[in-house]
Amino acid sequence: MAGCKGGLGGEAPHVLAVDDSSVDRAVIAGILRSSKFRVTAVDSGKRALELLGTEPNVSMIITDYWMPEMTGFELLKKVKESSSLKEIPVVIMSSENVPTRISRCLEEGAEDFLLKPVRPSDVSRLCSRVLR
Amino acid sequence: LVLQGYLDEQFNQLEELQDDSSPNFVEEVVALFFKDSPRLLTNIELALEKYPQDFYRLDSLAHQFKGSGSSIGALRIKNECSIFKTHCNGRNLEGCRRSLQKMKREHANLKQKLETYFQLLRQVGPQECAVNSWK
Repeated sequence: MAGCKGGLGGEAPHVLAVDDSSVDRAVIAGILRSSKFRVTAVDSGKRALELLGTEPNVSMIITDYWMPEMTGFELLKKVKESSSLKEIPVVIMSSENVPTRISRCLEEGAEDFLLKPVRPSDVSRLCSRVLR
Repeated sequence: LVLQGYLDEQFNQLEELQDDSSPNFVEEVVALFFKDSPRLLTNIELALEKYPQDFYRLDSLAHQFKGSGSSIGALRIKNECSIFKTHCNGRNLEGCRRSLQKMKREHANLKQKLETYFQLLRQVGPQECAVNSWK
């Protein structure tokens, strides 16, 4: 699979993956790493925000929609409401194809909405669109 | 032959991600699934035995199990979870109970099949197994 081009200095883009399922975290991390992304995977929106507060160079966030305590949509809103984080592209993943959910996320500023199970081809498409 | 009918294209996609830096990626992901899935099945069973049944929660639990299964390509598990969810929507307790038993059987069968598959893989080599896994 073709890898993504790096950012400044050719460094691989850093992607933050958020999913409460350990299986899905492993799968999305594996797909991202095979596309030459640097990946940090966390299990909740809360942990994602903690990391975003300390890690300045996150190029993209990819998050599951349905998570306990904080949904991916709520995480998206918090990112887009933050002056320091709002430029980070956010991609939502869900196993349910609910048109109103998809349009709500896109209206809130999500870059893309992926249906699970996520495929390597989905990530390749993201790379060319989101991380230009 | 070992896995025919048990797995779908997603499993093949995961195998294609394996390389020198992640030679055991699929086995690791499968191990995570079988580490996590018994808890999900137990939660469904406990929720079924509560009275009155919370079919919304049952649907949510089945959704989690279906999602994890789908992520590793567990076709039969995914399909049985869909049937279970249909019974939840119909508030069909007996249907849910029957479906749960099938889910547990499919889960046990898949675990056995994959253990055999990975053992075979270690004996004959990954390329040979990848070619034969879809026949």
